[in-house]
Amino acid sequence: MSIKQKAAIVGADETDEIGIVPNMTPIMMHAQAARNSLRDAGIEKSEVDAVFTCGVSGMASVQMCEYLGILPRYMDNTMTGGSSFVIHVEHAAAAIAEGLCSVALITHGETGHSSRARRGPRGGMFDSSLPSAQFEMPFGVGGPPSVYAMAAIRHMHEYGTTSEQLAEVAVATRKWAQLNPRAMMRDPLTIEDVLSSRWISYPFHIYDCCLVTDAGGAVVVVGADRARDFPKKPVWVLGSGESTTHQSLLGMADATRTPARYSGAAAFEMAGVSHDDIDVVEVYDSFTYTAMVTLEELGFCKKGEGGPFVANQRTAPGGDFPMNTNGGGLSYTHPGMYGMFILIEAVRQLRGECGARQVAGAKLALVNGTGGMLSATGTLILGAD
Amino acid sequence: MAEYAKPLPVPSPESKPFWDACKRHELLLPYCSSCAQFFFYPRQFCPRCFSWDIEWRPCSGRGTLYTFAIQFRPQAPGFRPPYITAVVQLDEGPRLMTNLIGIDPAPENIRCDMPVEVQWEDVTDEISLPLFRPA
Repeated sequence: MSIKQKAAIVGADETDEIGIVPNMTPIMMHAQAARNSLRDAGIEKSEVDAVFTCGVSGMASVQMCEYLGILPRYMDNTMTGGSSFVIHVEHAAAAIAEGLCSVALITHGETGHSSRARRGPRGGMFDSSLPSAQFEMPFGVGGPPSVYAMAAIRHMHEYGTTSEQLAEVAVATRKWAQLNPRAMMRDPLTIEDVLSSRWISYPFHIYDCCLVTDAGGAVVVVGADRARDFPKKPVWVLGSGESTTHQSLLGMADATRTPARYSGAAAFEMAGVSHDDIDVVEVYDSFTYTAMVTLEELGFCKKGEGGPFVANQRTAPGGDFPMNTNGGGLSYTHPGMYGMFILIEAVRQLRGECGARQVAGAKLALVNGTGGMLSATGTLILGAD
Repeated sequence: MAEYAKPLPVPSPESKPFWDACKRHELLLPYCSSCAQFFFYPRQFCPRCFSWDIEWRPCSGRGTLYTFAIQFRPQAPGFRPPYITAVVQLDEGPRLMTNLIGIDPAPENIRCDMPVEVQWEDVTDEISLPLFRPA
């Protein structure tokens, strides 16, 4: 059995404000995004019978059901970092297809920017017996920039990928952000600006790295039987896949690969569409490199050819491969686990709600979330009627 | 001597032989007798074939630089940037995360696959870390 077109997204929205929102906590953001998303769908909270979430606490769906006042008959705390909310859509569609629930609410909320000040320096959150605490942190390997940079260096070594090619992604994504009034970073950006900006973790300049913001988002998923009963056009789940190949860089047999090759292949097979059929692509861009290597792993180009593929502003507005059309994690928003926002942008594109940044006639969108250290991916192929 | 400020590994029951050997400046890694291959990090079993027939074998401390990055911001407490994080591929097969030392942390000095060798750093009475330098 496949879950192809068994469920559709009928509500999708974000918190009222995104960016720097110091007066809200993460759980407040979950709730406000849930309200906005349910309003978008025209569905009452009382109709929700399934909650999918993570991040707010260890028992995330339990916490959210209590906080929101929802009595669920299905709940899911799947936590795969930034890909979580993309994977939640697959899980929701499967649960709906099996009749285990009928209205699934997926919520996200983080204050990545404002929590930094509240929390103080990183640390204290890891079990000291875990492999990363024993075999990585003693060598000053910690946050994502330190690890993604090492993956990128190996890619540059094996395939000749250049800093200029990575900068192409940052510049193209900024051009999309300039068309989006809600984007945090809207000033013009050139390849030279990227290459002359300060290093964070060589080979990444600061403009190769995503933002750290406050934001929340939520989506509502229902079954095919009801999908056309709501105010907005349904966005169908046509294909999906998920996988993980490692947690740590040490677990990567080949540091240039990601599990998107598995989740992507599964999604394309289920949807029964080809790469050329996809109108708009929303992929996680924690770093410029993440987006570039994901395109390779999804099969939009040959392995190792991601650099040339993104050259000449191909992914920018007006290019022949529209990608990360909200402005991405690089320029739109990135609260920590950004997957919710590529999902929402795909929905908006397929509904034709994107104004100046609308990809004309977009009918099929690919969404790929990446979590952890290039560790866990979820791919969705979504379609409009 | 100033207090050591960087994160220290806390050996677990399954990693204790590795860290005990480090203290003696020996690189002792888990080896699967069924696969006839080393693996890392230490577990009670082989992550490839799930054999629980594991032994510990010494490694030469020689290898190549699989990949690296130059950290311009401290990614863990106590580190003073710039410093080089590295993944070393040991001649015996497995990879370790480490720091590349004994080389100026400038991109033009460092290339993937360059030969490296272990240099022990005694950071406390209990812990010695396997760092690597150009060979």
